[in-house]
Amino acid sequence: MNTFTYTRADDVASAVRAIATEGGARFIAGGTNLLDLMKENVEHPSRLIDITHLPLGEIRPGAEGGLRLGALATNTDVAYHPEVERRYPLLSAAILAGASPQLRNMASVGGNLMQRTRCPYFYDTATPCNKREPETGCSAIDGVNRSHAILGTSEYCIATHPSDMCVALAALRAVVHVTGPAGDRAIPLAEFHRLPGDTPHVDTNLRPAEIITAVELPARGFADHHAYVKVRERTSYAFALVSVAAALEMDGETISEARLALGGVAHKPWRDPEADALLRGRPATRENAQRAAGVLLREARGFGDNDFKIELARRAIARAMAQAADMRRRA
Amino acid sequence: MKTYASSATERKAVPPPAKSWITLKVNGTARRLEVAPWTTLLDALREQLELTGTKKGCDHGQCGACTVLVEGRRINACLTLAVMKDGAEIRTIEGLAPGDGLHPLQQAFMDHDAFQCGYCTPGQICSAVGLIAEGRARTMDDIRELMSGNICRCGAYPGIVAAIHEAMRADHGQAHR
Repeated sequence: MNTFTYTRADDVASAVRAIATEGGARFIAGGTNLLDLMKENVEHPSRLIDITHLPLGEIRPGAEGGLRLGALATNTDVAYHPEVERRYPLLSAAILAGASPQLRNMASVGGNLMQRTRCPYFYDTATPCNKREPETGCSAIDGVNRSHAILGTSEYCIATHPSDMCVALAALRAVVHVTGPAGDRAIPLAEFHRLPGDTPHVDTNLRPAEIITAVELPARGFADHHAYVKVRERTSYAFALVSVAAALEMDGETISEARLALGGVAHKPWRDPEADALLRGRPATRENAQRAAGVLLREARGFGDNDFKIELARRAIARAMAQAADMRRRA
Repeated sequence: MKTYASSATERKAVPPPAKSWITLKVNGTARRLEVAPWTTLLDALREQLELTGTKKGCDHGQCGACTVLVEGRRINACLTLAVMKDGAEIRTIEGLAPGDGLHPLQQAFMDHDAFQCGYCTPGQICSAVGLIAEGRARTMDDIRELMSGNICRCGAYPGIVAAIHEAMRADHGQAHR
């Protein structure tokens, strides 16, 4: 790890001021990804601003019947929160499918959004990587790319966003609240992360010196019909090869509302409003699930080792849809 | 890359960062120590407080050998900065047993031969203490899932799961399947 200066922020305004005045400074909360990246010499901040003492840990009712998750609430706090378990079980399931209990006890909501790709070339400072060091090239495109993206890729980067939580948040249409030197703003989760394009070193649309304060869930939680299907190399404690968050509202056998989001396949949680629209008003059959999968994956492209992900995603979507549709609320 | 270049430049300009004095309440005793900003809780425990029961395995949060309890919750000490835990209550493997006796999990690990080389054992046991306190595990499968952050390269998993299951049942005072 490089040497750095440590500062503890006492309030949000001073945290924003501190980071705005030092380009090499970073916020630290759980630290589960940042400290690892520092040990690997991928990140080397000049200063760490400890934000864990800011009053951002609360989970409380939000506007219009939703639920507001403070940016510093841990993954465990959120996954086991009674209101999340009751109203947003899809989110609990996605969080509990990720990391380990120890990491979930440390990792924060805001940090989960800000975590960086686990592309092995991004971590390996001996290899070129446009995300780590722009204009050096992408080692994954012609390299070992079994874990890499099949959607929204560019000739500069085929990394994936590793979060499970964000896939559920995308399906639930969560909104990210941030504040910064120019004031507060709200960013729909679907627009928070970005595609790599020719600037893959920029992961998100967060502006310099902005800080995440909360993630807000809308009132609709899809508690009756939801599924998080995660396919990985081992049963537990591994990143997704492909994951699917499916959230449905059913009117008898007919889907009245559908939200699908994919993980492990792109630089951000992957959604396609057309796939959701196609399912509305149709029965939850395997055929319709396959049609929706066809829309979601219409631009999918493999890079050799990860070609299998296209078919895997198709099947995972069908399975998630079937699980969500067949689910009955437990008595 | 702008951010990269500027942070690299500023890194050179940074004066030697000051160490700071912190207090950790380790196993019920307040311990005062001076740490650099980059000292992990794991290194502070092992190198400065000489509590070498907590092990350094991968040092990247992947193996769980460094698991300790902070404010009663299990965490990876290798991915925690000591300075950020100033004033916190820390419990390590050395502080689990009352007096000269054994903690029920330590006894269960012996009864079930839940180790071979023993290197992962302190982390396994601290993690299991956290698991039982969380109260989320019911079945053997739950234990396997909720212990997935602790790797045993000797493959003593059957004994580990059986030991935790027994201790969990005794703790809850009722039979679980």
